[in-house]
Amino acid sequence: MTTADASVARPTTTALPRKKIRWGEQIVHLVLFVAAAISVLTTVGIVLSLVLPALDFFREVSPVDFFTGTTWAPLFLDAKFGVVPLVVGTFVISFWSALVAFPLGLGVAIYLSEYAPPRATSFLKPILEILAAIPTVVLGYFALTFVTPFLRDQLNVQVEIFNALSASLVLGVMLIPTVATLSEDAMAAVPRELRDGGYALGADKLQVSTKIVVPAAISGIIAAFVLAFSRAVGETMIVLIAAGQLAQITFDPRETIETITAFIGATGNGDVPTGSIEYKTIFAVGLTLFVITLVMNLISIRLVRKYREVYE
Amino acid sequence: MSAVAAPGSIAGGKPRRLWRNRIFKLGMLGCMFVAFGTLAVLLIDTLVTGWPALSKQLLTGLPSTVAEEAGARPAILATLYLGALVLFFSVPVGVLTAIYLEEYANRERWWNRMIEVNIQNLAAVPAIVYGILGLAFIVRGIGVGRVVLAGGLILTLVVLPTVVVASREAIRAVPDSIRQGAFALGATKWQVVWRQVLPASIPGIATGSILALSRAVGETAPLIMVGAITYVAFNPTLFGPYTALPVQIYNWTKQPDVDFQTLAAAGAIILLVIVLSMNAVAIFLRNRYRKQW
Repeated sequence: MTTADASVARPTTTALPRKKIRWGEQIVHLVLFVAAAISVLTTVGIVLSLVLPALDFFREVSPVDFFTGTTWAPLFLDAKFGVVPLVVGTFVISFWSALVAFPLGLGVAIYLSEYAPPRATSFLKPILEILAAIPTVVLGYFALTFVTPFLRDQLNVQVEIFNALSASLVLGVMLIPTVATLSEDAMAAVPRELRDGGYALGADKLQVSTKIVVPAAISGIIAAFVLAFSRAVGETMIVLIAAGQLAQITFDPRETIETITAFIGATGNGDVPTGSIEYKTIFAVGLTLFVITLVMNLISIRLVRKYREVYE
Repeated sequence: MSAVAAPGSIAGGKPRRLWRNRIFKLGMLGCMFVAFGTLAVLLIDTLVTGWPALSKQLLTGLPSTVAEEAGARPAILATLYLGALVLFFSVPVGVLTAIYLEEYANRERWWNRMIEVNIQNLAAVPAIVYGILGLAFIVRGIGVGRVVLAGGLILTLVVLPTVVVASREAIRAVPDSIRQGAFALGATKWQVVWRQVLPASIPGIATGSILALSRAVGETAPLIMVGAITYVAFNPTLFGPYTALPVQIYNWTKQPDVDFQTLAAAGAIILLVIVLSMNAVAIFLRNRYRKQW
């Protein structure tokens, strides 16, 4: 019995000697890991660079005043640090741009995914990419010097020179590629059998698109919406140039407003002395912005994972 | 909506269905039209407004408070430097990260999953937040100051997730049979990656890197934060003050004088030419080297 055991075991032990450690391979592995860790360090850096000065800020200004105050005048002699007007301004911009980007982006996605012939797709997609690639400073300039006069003179909309409406419209168009590409990815992941099943039951293309494909891809589409909204919240140049810097609580998009990002851009631009309350304000407001977008991004990431799990 | 037929009526059903489908398709074409129409109007408007100011003076001159004499040479040069820095830093780090995540990382481990989610999230962090990071850490923290290098580092961080995501997709597209073939011939893991996987994914990586570069070159907000200052009357150096082309355009936009608005449009034309030609190269590369395994 023992000899039989030994004869079975021996060939494996002699054929496969102890694995030699290849130091070169180990070093490569380590180098790769370090490269990947840089992204984590970036996040840590962002969090630290926001939180530390923000804590300093909250030592001087009470968080309650900051988050509930309705007057934003940090650079005045009698400084007021109520962030509500900035948050309202940010959401007004995001709301109106979402109103443009969601339906239009979804329409483009349905067209590309369900209707467009392959040859059309092959040149429509690059055009969408070009739209997505236009630098935001150029879009801001366009909103200020073309869209605002156009609204005033051609459409007779009484807008201020700096107004939320122009910025939102241009921002909305800028977000169409984001919504369209991500939604189309989700629709492309819907299995063909679902569509064929619909057709077999006598549904037409409209019904298959709106009652089968869109519902089946809904988590991906919502992820696209959430991500686009988050990008609208974080967009700086268009609102800085076209929407103005007047922090006020108004829901009328024709008026001048100020968003969180516009405040950061306008204040960071000047030579604010390090350690001053103005300097710290940038970080407290930036932290608010980071938290808002972080929550939305995590929701979006989770939703994308959900549809991937269902169909792939 | 043409025929008003009772629901389920066979006689009225067919044309109504037809019309509903036509209107729906038209609506979607309308969506495309709004997107592309705006793009066309934007390009034409910028071109028409900026054309008169597009001169040799603008390309080679120094900034000035007089619109007729103003040029953007320091800004254009700085933008080219920034682009070079972004490529230099972001491609190696981005590709190595992608290789790690695709080829080496064990997804059972929590830290590898964390790296993944972290990169997805970084891709969606507003660019201006990177600007705050740059202001706190690079410019004031380690005291590099408002120099080209600081701007290049911040833009690298902004586009790094884009490079990583594109490189991962390119690496993932290489079929496993290639790897197994190489392993069967006795290659080590790194030999497989370096000699088989990476060469096969270069077109995808190049496309993604160029797209990331084009985004970095057009990025304004973070540069404002790390102090690309308004008035620079000399050529930039790596460790010197600078202004970049998008920041220059922004500053011209802020001037009330209409001549400066024209200059802003002319600057926008230069920026658009740089950015869109990069995109064209990327799209060309992707179509040219699209590999069917």
